[in-house]
Amino acid sequence: MFSSLSDKLTDITRRMKGQGRIREKDLKDMMREIRLALLEADVNYQVVKEFTQDVSEKAKGAEVLESLTPGNQIVKIVHESLIDILGGEQEKLAVSPSGFTKIILYGLQGVGKTTTAGKLAKHLKENGKKPFLVSVDVHRPAAQDQLAVLAESIEVPYYIDPTNPSAIDIAKKGEERARYLMADTLIVDTAGRMTIDQDMMDELKAVNDQVQPDERLLIVDAMIGQEAVNIALEFNQQIGIDGFIMTKLDGDARGGAALSIRKITGKPIKMIATGEKLEDFEPFYPDRMASRILGMGDVLTLIEKAEQQMDEKLAQKSLERLKRNQFTLDDLLDQFLQIDKMGGMEKMLSMMPGAARLPDGAMDEAVINRYVAIIRSMTPRERNSYKLLNASRRKRIAQGSGTTVQEVNQLIRQYEQMQSLMKQFSGKNMGNIGKLKRLFGNKLPF
Amino acid sequence: MAMFAKFKSGLQKTRDFFTQGFTKIAGNLGRFDEDMLEELSMLMIQADVSVSSTEFIIGRVKDHIKATGDTRVEAVLEVIRQAMSDALGPTCHLDIDPNVLNVILMVGVNGTGKTTTTGKLAWAYKQQGYKVVMAAADTFRAAAIDQLEVWAERSEADLIKGEQGSDPASVVFNAIQAAKSRSAQVLIVDTAGRLHNKKNLMDELAKIRRIIGREAGDAKVTSLLVIDATTGQNALFQAQAFNEVTDLDGLVITKLDGNAKGGIALTVAREAQLPIYFAGLGEQIDDLQEFDRESYINSLIPEEISQGKA
Repeated sequence: MFSSLSDKLTDITRRMKGQGRIREKDLKDMMREIRLALLEADVNYQVVKEFTQDVSEKAKGAEVLESLTPGNQIVKIVHESLIDILGGEQEKLAVSPSGFTKIILYGLQGVGKTTTAGKLAKHLKENGKKPFLVSVDVHRPAAQDQLAVLAESIEVPYYIDPTNPSAIDIAKKGEERARYLMADTLIVDTAGRMTIDQDMMDELKAVNDQVQPDERLLIVDAMIGQEAVNIALEFNQQIGIDGFIMTKLDGDARGGAALSIRKITGKPIKMIATGEKLEDFEPFYPDRMASRILGMGDVLTLIEKAEQQMDEKLAQKSLERLKRNQFTLDDLLDQFLQIDKMGGMEKMLSMMPGAARLPDGAMDEAVINRYVAIIRSMTPRERNSYKLLNASRRKRIAQGSGTTVQEVNQLIRQYEQMQSLMKQFSGKNMGNIGKLKRLFGNKLPF
Repeated sequence: MAMFAKFKSGLQKTRDFFTQGFTKIAGNLGRFDEDMLEELSMLMIQADVSVSSTEFIIGRVKDHIKATGDTRVEAVLEVIRQAMSDALGPTCHLDIDPNVLNVILMVGVNGTGKTTTTGKLAWAYKQQGYKVVMAAADTFRAAAIDQLEVWAERSEADLIKGEQGSDPASVVFNAIQAAKSRSAQVLIVDTAGRLHNKKNLMDELAKIRRIIGREAGDAKVTSLLVIDATTGQNALFQAQAFNEVTDLDGLVITKLDGNAKGGIALTVAREAQLPIYFAGLGEQIDDLQEFDRESYINSLIPEEISQGKA
């Protein structure tokens, strides 16, 4: 639905082929794309501005890694900078030394506080705690019932009182009940409120004063727009924030607010909610969030894989042989195995923006696996000179690899096509490598 | 008139934000230059207007300046006002046809205020003298049915419900039969919130839509996507996905009185080509209002900005 940032950056880098460094003008164009991508991800515009300035500084004159295009190099710098801001270490939920930990959840309407309260209780229970739930939402119809239903489904004790109009009083009685039942963690679910509604903010302040929580968690919807920053600042100023939980990350929102809030308030994301079921509750990983904000699927994972797993020397050897027109079936086998090492063709394609341009089934996993089996069923001599492959040899190979003669023929045909492409392909005429790559998908590991 | 007053007060913080912004940018000079237009873009982006829609509006200003050379604040504001009006498209009313059953299907992602909007809308049509039935087709969220029950009491509309966890399509089926046999003019279907990228949940919604088409063939069906004004650019994807499944007729923007500046309303209206029917402007039962384009634009573009210091 959206063209990814790396696609756009690739477009820019296409015209700077062969450059070892990133030029000022290219950098500027790329920064514009990064700015747009971050704004589309709902990162606060002020944060975007500062961020792109920082990245720009880091990227100036940076050496381009041999295995990366300059576009990917920038993406890497952006990604790393994002992780930096989002926080490297995972932050744990507070535990009170008193043995009785109090957690309060608050946020705007509809962000998923009540569901999150249930998830948090389940998470704590599974980690050996004795949680206790209280809903002090005296405003939304049936909100307390909702908490009660959730609490019962996970067999966690709770306290509600829909007839009591005082949130403070419910909080007080709930805590008494929790202590009486010897629970060790009190979770207080509050009504959703807007920060501009001063009466509601005053109510929250009063509840907060009553509870005296060890952990004040702001619940933020991943879909929130530019206002996220002001909301976080306002809650921080009036109530105080120890951390936040981002919800609805199972949607396709990029969740740029995570970056904005972290950057502006300095508070960590403690957990994330990723589904409607109560077990869909996970710790927060800054690197995953960074990829998500950039809207680039796993392209970074792909870059990393390319960095880690690509056998540079092997690839170089293949390229040399290609150039000298000595590319044998053995080399082709190497290429297929490289693809496999990087998680298989399908995985690779799914991680690559732009892969959609390939026709369906052009090069699926099964086909590659069969091709590998076919080449492996050949003798070394056959692999070196495919012309040896007469009908009876092909039949033997088909039997040996568990394929059909047609499939063997198909592989040979494709190999011949490659060969003829390579004949046109001289050191000067690099453009043809594009054709070659199209034949086997966008990205062969050379 | 009270309605306009409510719209105006609901959007007060948006108005303050933009008036201050405009005043800061061009108040002293009384004119706009290139840099100021850049700042103006930023002002819109901060209100969740998309980059593309911001470029559309600023593009119109640039064209105007190129053509006329007129950079006075009043002239520029007028161009922006007009561009926003074009972006929002024509004004639409949801008129009830008293001769047929009018089915209003509320859809949207989780937490946008579908149930609340259903209750408020039921109350509004009840006030207009129609017989109203509500269908509690959110059988998933804990206590969603209880929540709608409270609204049924408040609005005095009929409520058709099933068990929690039951098939929502069957609730809709029963509600249509009930609406027919009770000769109701309005049936409002409250569905469970669902993220638009979840195929099975979207399929469930498609089934509900099919049941309505089959069981109420001659009904006037209006599908409304409920969007939280606090939402950022994801609202566009929501509109696309829900449109594919339920053939949307328009939008309801809720929580417009809240924290957000609500620029996403303009963005979705323009980029998904969907009119905005209603705006949620508060928690009271009468706080759902017909979307008033002029008031909305006036909240974004101040009628005048303090100047004269130049």
